[in-house]
Amino acid sequence: MYDISKYEDAHTVEEAIALLQANPRAVVISGGSDVLIKIREGKLPAAELVSIRGIEELKEIKLEGDETVAIGAAATFTQLTRHPLISRRLPLLTEAAGLVGGPQIRNMGTIGGNVCNGATSADCAAPLFAFNARLRIQGPEGIRTVAIQDFYQGPGKVALGHGDILTAILIAREDYSGFSGCYIKYAMRNAMDIATLGCAAAVRLRDSRVEELRLAFSVAAPTPVRCPQTEELAKGRTVDGILLADIGRAAVSEVQPRDSWRASREFRLHLAEELSKQAVAEACRRAGHESDRESDEEGDGEGGAEK
Amino acid sequence: MTTRKIAFTVNGEKTQLEVDIRESLLETLRSRLNLTGVKKGCGAGECGACTVLIDGAPFDSCIYLAVWADGKEIRTIEGEAREGKLSRVQEAFLSEAAVQCGFCTPGLIMTTTALAEGGQSYTRQEIRKELAGHMCRCTGYQSIVNAAEKALAPSPEEDRDCCGKCR
Repeated sequence: MYDISKYEDAHTVEEAIALLQANPRAVVISGGSDVLIKIREGKLPAAELVSIRGIEELKEIKLEGDETVAIGAAATFTQLTRHPLISRRLPLLTEAAGLVGGPQIRNMGTIGGNVCNGATSADCAAPLFAFNARLRIQGPEGIRTVAIQDFYQGPGKVALGHGDILTAILIAREDYSGFSGCYIKYAMRNAMDIATLGCAAAVRLRDSRVEELRLAFSVAAPTPVRCPQTEELAKGRTVDGILLADIGRAAVSEVQPRDSWRASREFRLHLAEELSKQAVAEACRRAGHESDRESDEEGDGEGGAEK
Repeated sequence: MTTRKIAFTVNGEKTQLEVDIRESLLETLRSRLNLTGVKKGCGAGECGACTVLIDGAPFDSCIYLAVWADGKEIRTIEGEAREGKLSRVQEAFLSEAAVQCGFCTPGLIMTTTALAEGGQSYTRQEIRKELAGHMCRCTGYQSIVNAAEKALAPSPEEDRDCCGKCR
């Protein structure tokens, strides 16, 4: 038995907001894979739940005007891995969503929950940061849009007030068109694990040179982060081992990982350097470019970090 | 104690129950419906022992609230054999020695059955990924993957007799 003292179904976003406003203890539940575990761990005693599972509009994945991809917050990871809009326009997100937990978890967990928990380790976070995703939030004051970089405020903390509902995640055409991406989830297990470090790279090439690079990490800082200086140094560069080495070194300077039971700070810094090189190299390969093998002084390039 | 009425189908039978809002589907299936083939392993969605099919897709029933089952079609291991005849997936698990203590088996069979019914073909690596939500302490997994491969391989004789709709 879960320690639930109250359970209410919202049928519309407006109803969910009203139910939340009426009850300061109420917590939103969508897929449930995070909230139920929190309840199990005693973090939400006598939990009072407002379920948004029945709100159909939150499950839609569609194109809005000017080809913005709008992902309903209640879309499950399985839906993301199968939806043609995502696989055609945002394959980086398809890749990341397919690495969350295992199949059973992906059938129930939602991208909205993944983001709203504010965990630096969310697999969808680094790709969404790479895409400059904006979050559409509906609350008592109305509807607002927040850039994902502003949404994350700290470990477990997001810019969501009590009566707020994340309704959709928006990715504009200019942020995905022409990009090829790669997401690497480094974890101790190949599945059913939380990332020790996640790296999302998206690259747009022109004439074998980098036109634009997006590089984002999860679990490399208190919140997911982009690497603007690394992205800047890659602009206009030829894709070769020297560029990859430069990217690796620069990425390390833009992350602040911590020691945790999963890994030491030093190991995460090492991962940041290695994964950024591997992810960018793979993104370039997917963009149709055959780059040199990344320069590799130690002689062992396949360290298994790509598992 | 707060309860709710739910109406759902379990192994083909329409069922109505009054469930506690705190109850997981696992608890409902095991304690109210005596479907003890659905196993509680970790109770936290980590091991897959409690996997059942909900509208054809595998879910960990331990982290699925009973109230969510309203209107759904649930399938557990008890519903797989028909009139004493084991399903193709069950036969494959036996013939490939993929069952030792048997605790992980019901969940694995449900997930493998969903794969088989989906009609897609999978490489061995893809099978491993699809079964990654299950833990087995006994077999070392190779025989399980062998069984899934066997169950998913096209079978000329069976296709001749079976329309495939009930599997």
